[in-house]
Amino acid sequence: MPSTSAADDQDLVEAARAGDEEAYTVLVRRYSPAMMRLARMYVPTAALAEDVVQETWVAVLRGLERFEGRSSFKTWLFRILVNRAKTRGVREHRSIPFASLGTGGEGSEDGDDGPTVDPSRFAESGAWTSAPARWEDDPELALDSKEARRIVLEAIDTLPERQKVVITMRDVEGLSSDEVRNALDLTETNQRVLLHRARAKVRAALEDWIDA
Amino acid sequence: MTFRPRLPWRRRPAGTPPGGLRCVELVELVTEYLEGTLAPDARARFEVHIDSCDYCGAYLEQMRMTLDVVGHLQPDDLDPEMERELLDAFKSWKTTGDA
Repeated sequence: MPSTSAADDQDLVEAARAGDEEAYTVLVRRYSPAMMRLARMYVPTAALAEDVVQETWVAVLRGLERFEGRSSFKTWLFRILVNRAKTRGVREHRSIPFASLGTGGEGSEDGDDGPTVDPSRFAESGAWTSAPARWEDDPELALDSKEARRIVLEAIDTLPERQKVVITMRDVEGLSSDEVRNALDLTETNQRVLLHRARAKVRAALEDWIDA
Repeated sequence: MTFRPRLPWRRRPAGTPPGGLRCVELVELVTEYLEGTLAPDARARFEVHIDSCDYCGAYLEQMRMTLDVVGHLQPDDLDPEMERELLDAFKSWKTTGDA
């Protein structure tokens, strides 16, 4: 997502509220792809995700007059989306109550609370036994390739649900940690732990691909 | 001569990792470091370690490069038909006051 300022959003919202179709179109184009991806994590089909996104924009239009700008537009929008997607996910029997997953500990789910780097990489002293490769010094390495992006997408796709949602919102869509915490009702620690585990797995997937 | 594994950190006697932080611990702090949420003291120790441990430096760089790839995944374009429907909803909101 192109980085856009909250002030810019605020202007567009004001204009849309006054009936400016152009401004509304800009907002729709700016956020709908990210909304689709996010909705898709809660509902089983792309068609349902589309429904959720449409419902969200309708809710936004209805609420636009009441939007006070106490939170950023983006936070408000994603919060509505997540609530709608959750409701729809439950209705479609693909319930992923976000907060109730992995209540066993901060970020832990599916027993996923161990070290994020393979322990065999470290000696008893806690020092590395084998050096992580210097990716930046490898002229052959094509991290800007389609293949690298495919590896990353696949890695994200196989993450536990909450880690997937958090890394998508933070690192793919570029939301701030506050925006993600607010949209998903996570504590700061929880959000960070989920992000940490997700990022570590994606890095490991790239490393496997590079070393192969 | 007894075999001594080469320590990843340079010019340090065994058992005293730079910054008082072991590599195995440092890798679990990388996200907090990048997020800027480490307490000043922990951040200083992290940086002392990174400055003298090539291996952790490489790991941190790998993580930065990973995030760069993740940040460059292509956002999908919006399906034109869906965009049309969303605009129709706007027009109906504008004229009737409800979407």
